[in-house]
Amino acid sequence: MALSGVEIFKMLPKTNCKKCGHPTCLAFAMKLAQRQATLDSCPDVSEEAKKVLGEASAPPVRPITFGAGDLAVKMGEETVLFRHDKKFVNPCAIAVEIKDTFSEAEATKIIEQVLASEIDRVGQKLRVDAIALTNASGDAGKFEALAKIVAAKASVVPTIICTENPQAAEAAAKLFADKRAIIYGANASNAEAMANIAKTNKMTLGVHANGLEELSALTEKIKALGVEDMVIDSGARKAKDIIEHNTLIRRAAVKKNFKPLGYPVINFMQRDDSLVEALLAAVGIAKYSSIIVVNSVEKWKNLALFTMRQNIYTDPQVPMQVEQKIYNIGEPKPESPLMITTNFSLTYFIVSGEIENSKVASRLAVMDSEGLSVLTAWAAGKFTASKIAQFITESGIEKEMSHKELIIPGYVAILSGSIEDKLPGWKITVGPREANALPAFLKTRAA
Amino acid sequence: MAFTPTKETYSGKVYPVTIGTGDKAVTFGGENVLPFNSFEGAAPNAPVIAYEIQDVPPTDWPENVQKPFAAVSDDPVKWAKYCQDELKAKAIALRLVGTHPDRENRTPEEASKTVKDVLAAINIPLIILGSNHAEKDSQVLIAVAEAAKDKNCIIGKAQEANYKTIAAAAMANNHKLIAMSELDINLSKQLNILITQMGFEKERLITDPMCSALGYGLEYTYSVMERIRLAALTQNDMTMQPPMLGDVGMYVWKIKETQAPESDLPHWGPAEERGIAWEAVTATALLIAGAELLIMRHPKAVEAVEKTIEELI
Ligand code: SF4
Repeated sequence: MALSGVEIFKMLPKTNCKKCGHPTCLAFAMKLAQRQATLDSCPDVSEEAKKVLGEASAPPVRPITFGAGDLAVKMGEETVLFRHDKKFVNPCAIAVEIKDTFSEAEATKIIEQVLASEIDRVGQKLRVDAIALTNASGDAGKFEALAKIVAAKASVVPTIICTENPQAAEAAAKLFADKRAIIYGANASNAEAMANIAKTNKMTLGVHANGLEELSALTEKIKALGVEDMVIDSGARKAKDIIEHNTLIRRAAVKKNFKPLGYPVINFMQRDDSLVEALLAAVGIAKYSSIIVVNSVEKWKNLALFTMRQNIYTDPQVPMQVEQKIYNIGEPKPESPLMITTNFSLTYFIVSGEIENSKVASRLAVMDSEGLSVLTAWAAGKFTASKIAQFITESGIEKEMSHKELIIPGYVAILSGSIEDKLPGWKITVGPREANALPAFLKTRAA
Repeated sequence: MAFTPTKETYSGKVYPVTIGTGDKAVTFGGENVLPFNSFEGAAPNAPVIAYEIQDVPPTDWPENVQKPFAAVSDDPVKWAKYCQDELKAKAIALRLVGTHPDRENRTPEEASKTVKDVLAAINIPLIILGSNHAEKDSQVLIAVAEAAKDKNCIIGKAQEANYKTIAAAAMANNHKLIAMSELDINLSKQLNILITQMGFEKERLITDPMCSALGYGLEYTYSVMERIRLAALTQNDMTMQPPMLGDVGMYVWKIKETQAPESDLPHWGPAEERGIAWEAVTATALLIAGAELLIMRHPKAVEAVEKTIEELI
């Protein structure tokens, strides 16, 4: 159970010595309850209090690192149900399944897709995060053969070893020593053996059950066997059940601090129809999956899912603004046009997207207007002739250009005269009101 | 420690809205739980997807989404019938983009004729949308609301600048109304209040908090929708209880990801699949956030989203 500030306060030294940086023990207790402070800031707390509070103040979803090296994936640590309350912490991993019934050529093809999947999007490097080897054949020898291929060709990629057969799991685990792989397939009948393998190899254990009650009992049992790091699967496969179980798991962890379900969730979402699979994965990204296992990772699908994940996991507190500067779109030459707009991020996305559509290399001056759109910024006095003139002058962009023409949004046509007064030698041109008219506007000018 | 599920019961619910007439009428909304959380309450109606068509040929649409309609899109009547008969559309959204002053600048009379012709050709519900030009929309939508009198259509979109005339026209002719504001829960609430203060029944409203495409601000629409829905359920806030619209197609099929050819961006994969996925993922995200009505374009995207809805309910 999550402890209230007062409950925590009762266990603190109550000396108000301020060493924790808070004026009183009570103030510190309140911060602890809101997870805005950590217990180690108080040097005088008793061992017993540490034990009780440590358990209670651990993140409701256990942090787990999956894989090793540069491509390792962090999971867990989530604290909320809705992204508008607080940033979702660790973006869900996308894993592609390779079955041990595939030929070596088929397996290699998927491995190559994974290794080549990295895309740069808005400054983040995104990729297919993991490979899930599955023992579809039921044969331990075949499984080991596949594990060898993956270990040889994709040793840097985090791997999920999926089998319910402890011997098969053990043989495969040896091939991924020190890689912090996940061994998935612990259930009610093999829990001891699987827990041992996970412990010996210092790997995370994937726990599978039928329903949330059985799952809770199973994780408690496995924890008692000495395994701390787990990812959990309630057995839900249909989208409706996945939403229900993932929601109930996140609520139990976040609202009740219910430890047996305080682990990252793995969802198996393989579908033959690749587009439907993509949509289910989108549901998982929004609704609390930490790992989504899919059948296929086509480029179009990766781009859509990576973007979805990026959108859902952005920080909602960050204002909807982009940095004030002059952005190059395409590779502008000295004679390329210069446009100006405000720094509301949607305005920027839409305007820069339309300029890209026009295929006319351009410069887009994005002015800090405190995240307001053009009309609102103008009305609020943040997008005025003198501010625009100052921005353009101070940017020094003039030196890179062979002309002195600035295109302003049609909505602020009224400003053109006064900008001309304040920017001597410049010609101000009124552009279209709506961004979607930009391609036609730019193309006509270029012609 | 035994597991007991933390179930939520909410004090509020979303209004159910029925559009169209006869046995092809459809109802959406009506739930008293968060989207697809039927394990703890009632969600009697599945979300509805309407196919978008327009009064002029879709030359402004990217080629990959023009193609499926190439044989019919020169005529809104043929286009509507194709969606109804071949694609099994549950509803049609007719966008009167040709009335925009910067486009064909069609008159309200011309628009009314198109609406009448389309209505005569189909028996599924019709959503009638203006060109998103505040002034022109108020003239056009008054005329078409009358032309469609008693057909129980949705008229839209009423915005802060023009809601009075449009809401009055929808009210006088027994239609439902889309109230749109720009990505702000408070603006949305305020507009719904203003419209209901005119005597427009709140049960006849549909909230459009403004769509944004995947990668282009989707998270803002997502969170505004999620917050509106939570306000409706947890605070029983009646001004937030109309069902929500995601006007997906228009916002998705204008961005780079739905158009750029693979030859320009090899690591993005084929443009056609990419565009379809973009529309379908955007739509799915909005369903999860709380949209009950979607307006979409590509038949393959619609089909995949409908399959996903099937699996979610
Ligand atoms: S450091 Fe510990 S004892 Fe001192 S004020 Fe903070 S909580 Fe109280």
